[in-house]
Amino acid sequence: MKIVQIDKSQWMEGIEKLKEAYRVYAPVKYESFHDFKALDKGEAPDFDFQNTRRSPKSVVYPQSEILFRYSLDKNSDEYGILKEEEKDKTPKAVFGIRPCDAYSFHLVKRNFDTEDYQDPYWLAEYNKSTFIGMACNAPCTTCFCTSAGTGPYDEQCLDALVVDAGDHYLVKLLSEKGEKLFEAAGWTTEAEASAESRIEELKSAAESKVTSTVNTDNLKKQKMLDLYEAPFWEEVAFSCINCGTCTYVCPTCWCFDIQDETSGKSGVRLRNWDSCMYPLFTLHASGHNPRGTKLDRVRQRFMHKLKYYVDKYDDGIQCVGCGRCVQSCPVNIDIRRVCNMMNSYDPETAMCEVTTV
Amino acid sequence: MTTYTDKIQEVAKRLLNDGTVDFVIGFRKGSVPMMNQPHYAKAAGDAEQFIWDSHCGLNLANYLMDREEKVGVVAKGCDSRNIANHIVENKIRRDQVYIIGVPCTGMVDRHKLPKMVDGEITDVEEDGDTITVKTSNGSQSFNKSEVLQQNCADCSHRNPVIYDEMVADPVEEQTDTDMFATVREIEEKNPDEKWDYFEDLISTCIRCYACRNACPLCYCPLCFVDESDPQWVGKGQDPIDVRTFHWLRAYHCAGRCTDCGACERVCPMGINIREFTKKLNKDCYEIYGWEAGLTTDERPPLDTYRPNDPEEFIK
Repeated sequence: MKIVQIDKSQWMEGIEKLKEAYRVYAPVKYESFHDFKALDKGEAPDFDFQNTRRSPKSVVYPQSEILFRYSLDKNSDEYGILKEEEKDKTPKAVFGIRPCDAYSFHLVKRNFDTEDYQDPYWLAEYNKSTFIGMACNAPCTTCFCTSAGTGPYDEQCLDALVVDAGDHYLVKLLSEKGEKLFEAAGWTTEAEASAESRIEELKSAAESKVTSTVNTDNLKKQKMLDLYEAPFWEEVAFSCINCGTCTYVCPTCWCFDIQDETSGKSGVRLRNWDSCMYPLFTLHASGHNPRGTKLDRVRQRFMHKLKYYVDKYDDGIQCVGCGRCVQSCPVNIDIRRVCNMMNSYDPETAMCEVTTV
Repeated sequence: MTTYTDKIQEVAKRLLNDGTVDFVIGFRKGSVPMMNQPHYAKAAGDAEQFIWDSHCGLNLANYLMDREEKVGVVAKGCDSRNIANHIVENKIRRDQVYIIGVPCTGMVDRHKLPKMVDGEITDVEEDGDTITVKTSNGSQSFNKSEVLQQNCADCSHRNPVIYDEMVADPVEEQTDTDMFATVREIEEKNPDEKWDYFEDLISTCIRCYACRNACPLCYCPLCFVDESDPQWVGKGQDPIDVRTFHWLRAYHCAGRCTDCGACERVCPMGINIREFTKKLNKDCYEIYGWEAGLTTDERPPLDTYRPNDPEEFIK
């Protein structure tokens, strides 16, 4: 594996060069937070951030996406035909993604790319994206990535990992896609032999800073119905206001809703993010809603991430420990606390361990 | 603040033990800085988690609607005004709610404080009027007046307007505040400037509806933006639909909003949503001399018809 070194003063030059061949997405600073954005010409990314307010999932999976257009004009040749929306084919470079967020695409792919169904929209965007990670030297106090299957220097879902080593960056090239991108940017100076040990040093330091953890060892062993019927959901759900914040900032929430929006004699078929917190989520045409109460909805979100997913894929939880929902939940429902409750629940006594996290 | 905490716990335990209420709603310490969590106690033991400090900014009137039980609730000035509004709107009966009144000295602005310090905030402590912020890079102290939510800085009803019992003597009300200063600034803009101002204001909205759902006034069984048959509003990110949501929501709150600031506090994107409701509060104040939730004897002005209405069109 190749490690290249980039002087910070050459950074912008390479990024501008990349914009000729890629749509470059990177964190930029808004008034009080950072978020991913497609960079305009001359626009610089800002890497002085811990976590972006929202996850970068929208780069691959926009909150609202036109799938088709249609005409209801009987005089038109295209009357009644759903025409697939033309998509921009330019490859995407996702720059400065945190390793935990990159890992989230691996979890979400399980939903959009199965043996029986392949979601063409998600996959097209995913396949044309190159993920350039920015190793996390200063994790937040709410980060628990190391107990959620990933970590601040996790390489498993990245095409390259950029490490901030003071006045320069060290970059591990992890895939052909990654190598191609770095060549296109003109970043080809090989790092000195000591680079690898320097990265290892920084990695250990970063990992030791992730002090928040969740216990997940017992989740698979728990009986689904025991957890479903556990009395603690009443307490967990009490403060919930059923807004969509947790699901919208989450990198692994993948639910969507399809809508036709007609204006005059034409319209679009849209795919919008949905949220299990909303009253219409899983509402049946009959009027019945299997998740009709606040408690049902809150339970659904945590059971999906921490039990159904765990049972179905046997590869950990559907959460990467980014801590965004912990920071943004307006009423302080903390997934770390809920995860530990579910993990420690004893159906015999109906008791669980309540941690202050 | 410790004295408030002790007193709230003491009152809650007494009410639960003597059966005055079935449960009590208050706050417990949250798991991240500046975030206390609404908490309910059904037994005296649960009441030991109740606390009070400058991070109790949510409006607990939001947890009182359509209940059958007898409920005790911890209420600062604005919460009490929303409880009064609930009573007028038949969302809860006065004899069903036991109001534990808290004289309030304002809440810390959880969106503003991170912009005033360097590094991630790890803890916020308070001692009287001194707020000490610990961050990953050190520690910094502020006078509480510098870090208040704007609605608290402007507040003229810090003491509960209705209560069954107070946890302390009333605090002095602020009389020299100007609630509508920013509204006047916006009113002076020309139509294009106003348009740009509001477009920019909601440009980062993700339609999570936290503002609506944290608001005690928003209790429709199905909000117009959620309804699908008929569908009034598109559900995507089209700016027209985002605008429609914010404008209609604000109008639904006209004459009812107590400026508690919950909508702004809960917004994950830090949008100053009160800019919408405050203009309507100003109109109600200037046209009808009305401030919401100060009495349980009168319905809000836009909810009332009087035969002597001065407007010709209504006669």
